[in-house]
Amino acid sequence: MQKRVTFNGWLLPMLLVLPQLLISAVFFFYPAGQALYQSLFIPDPFGLSSQFVGLGNFEYLLGDKYYRASFFTTALFSTLVTVVSMVPALLLAVLADRLIKGAGTYRTLLIWPYAVAPAVAGVLWLFMFNTRVGVVSWYLGQLGYDWNHVLNDGEAMGLVVVASAWGRISYNFLFFFAALQAVPRSVIEAAAIDGARFWRRFFTIVLPLLSPTTFFLLVVNIVYAFFETFGVIHTITSGGPQQATTILVYKVFSDGFVGQDLGSSAAQSVILLIVVGALTVFQFKFVEKRVHY
Amino acid sequence: MSTQSHSGMVEKRGTSLWLTHALMIAGVLVVFFPIWLAFVASTVTQQEIVQPPMPLLPGGEFINNYTKALTSGVNVPVMTMLINSLIMALGIAIGKIIISLLSAFAIVYFKFPGRTFFFWLIFLTLMLPVEVRIVPTYEVIAGFGLLNSYSGLIFPLIASATATFLFRQFFMTIPDELTEAARLDGARPMRFFIDIVLPMSRTNIAALFVILFIYGWNQYLWPLLITTDPEMNTIVMGIKQMFPSGDDVADWPVIMATSILAMIPPVFVVVSMQKLFIRGLVDSEK
Repeated sequence: MQKRVTFNGWLLPMLLVLPQLLISAVFFFYPAGQALYQSLFIPDPFGLSSQFVGLGNFEYLLGDKYYRASFFTTALFSTLVTVVSMVPALLLAVLADRLIKGAGTYRTLLIWPYAVAPAVAGVLWLFMFNTRVGVVSWYLGQLGYDWNHVLNDGEAMGLVVVASAWGRISYNFLFFFAALQAVPRSVIEAAAIDGARFWRRFFTIVLPLLSPTTFFLLVVNIVYAFFETFGVIHTITSGGPQQATTILVYKVFSDGFVGQDLGSSAAQSVILLIVVGALTVFQFKFVEKRVHY
Repeated sequence: MSTQSHSGMVEKRGTSLWLTHALMIAGVLVVFFPIWLAFVASTVTQQEIVQPPMPLLPGGEFINNYTKALTSGVNVPVMTMLINSLIMALGIAIGKIIISLLSAFAIVYFKFPGRTFFFWLIFLTLMLPVEVRIVPTYEVIAGFGLLNSYSGLIFPLIASATATFLFRQFFMTIPDELTEAARLDGARPMRFFIDIVLPMSRTNIAALFVILFIYGWNQYLWPLLITTDPEMNTIVMGIKQMFPSGDDVADWPVIMATSILAMIPPVFVVVSMQKLFIRGLVDSEK
């Protein structure tokens, strides 16, 4: 936790932590406290006064079918994003791992999408599937499939999932590739001498050895899908059609800023805070375990 | 992540090797297609796009479209948005690195009252992404009169503890002998910080800079809320503002040129500093 050899004095270290404490206090602790406080009130429509309602905002939310639907939407969305970003990444990493030459070049190319902002990724995918000018939707139309994510719930969900997962493929690829490179060659060769074919070696030896990386990526990708995909949703669907792609973070925004329902939005923030807290604790517990592997 | 040290036994040769390459290339092409298509769209005319299917190979309008985007854009010249994004990304990256270096140094190298308490306060900020506290944070910024300002764009996003933790972790690995020697020489703490700690942290600082620059550049929700004046828009949030409301047709070549411009700086940083980037990625997720 701390060095054996330290410097003396208390004024200097206080001054050194001051900038971070000040910024955290003003832009972090105060707003977080405000969110907690506001979640217990309902402001009147003119914003002049507010009425204390205790846990009323929370009770209302949990009984609200739209909010419950948003929970379900978020669960579905984050599961799909995690699967759609991890499976192709693992396949690509397995392929790259089999190459002696050229793996570095492929890696350089595959990193690109990670650098593309989620909101920009949203615009790129929207362009491909645009109902009027989209290339992919046009070719789908030629094949007799009428693509319309503006009206169709499932297609809207599919599009935001793929656009969100796209950049994460790069990220997951890097971690899987590094983990695969660390698998001891001797173990695999021993299995090969025993006559185990590639896929058998993969499922019985390689995949179990990858499990720490896989679990780590599962958690990180779920956190990503929860909190960092706002840009994708906002650019492609704005939460529609009929709230079919309104994930929890999007709902905090749309109720708080568009709907001006501050009490409810604050209560939603508090619920999200609990979710993040749980995920963070889970991640830390897990990361601790990972060290002992 | 070295790619060598493979012996021949389990690697494929001949047909199987080519098959692996072919699959790999197919994968890269699929992953790259959205970027390629955006690039093609930024080099053709609006006419070619609105009459689908658009061509899949670049046209001759590259200079026209990019000049139009950079100098006039839709609401505001893209050049302005690029500068705003650059200031925001650099402000976040440099600001976060400076305040975290200082506080990590204090926490590791001093015993002072409240040290553990400060440490836990900082730890708490790990748990709450800006998306979760947007409404109250917006009110704070509005209260300070910082809407449509660089300070408003930057400060709320540097209140996070990840960087402090990384530096703390790294400072713990600096040998105590160096500190002892410095103390024997009568060096004051800040001398030690500047002469020994900072130079030793160079690689960590660079790796973190890469990650934080991309984080800052790619912000969307926060600039969307607090920059109502188009002159203050950042490029990543400004693209969405280029779409017309209602039934008008979007100016696709200019929008796609802007999308390409928006991804060039972060892609350049990631690709040119690949080793640092991967290191930063692995460090910051640990």
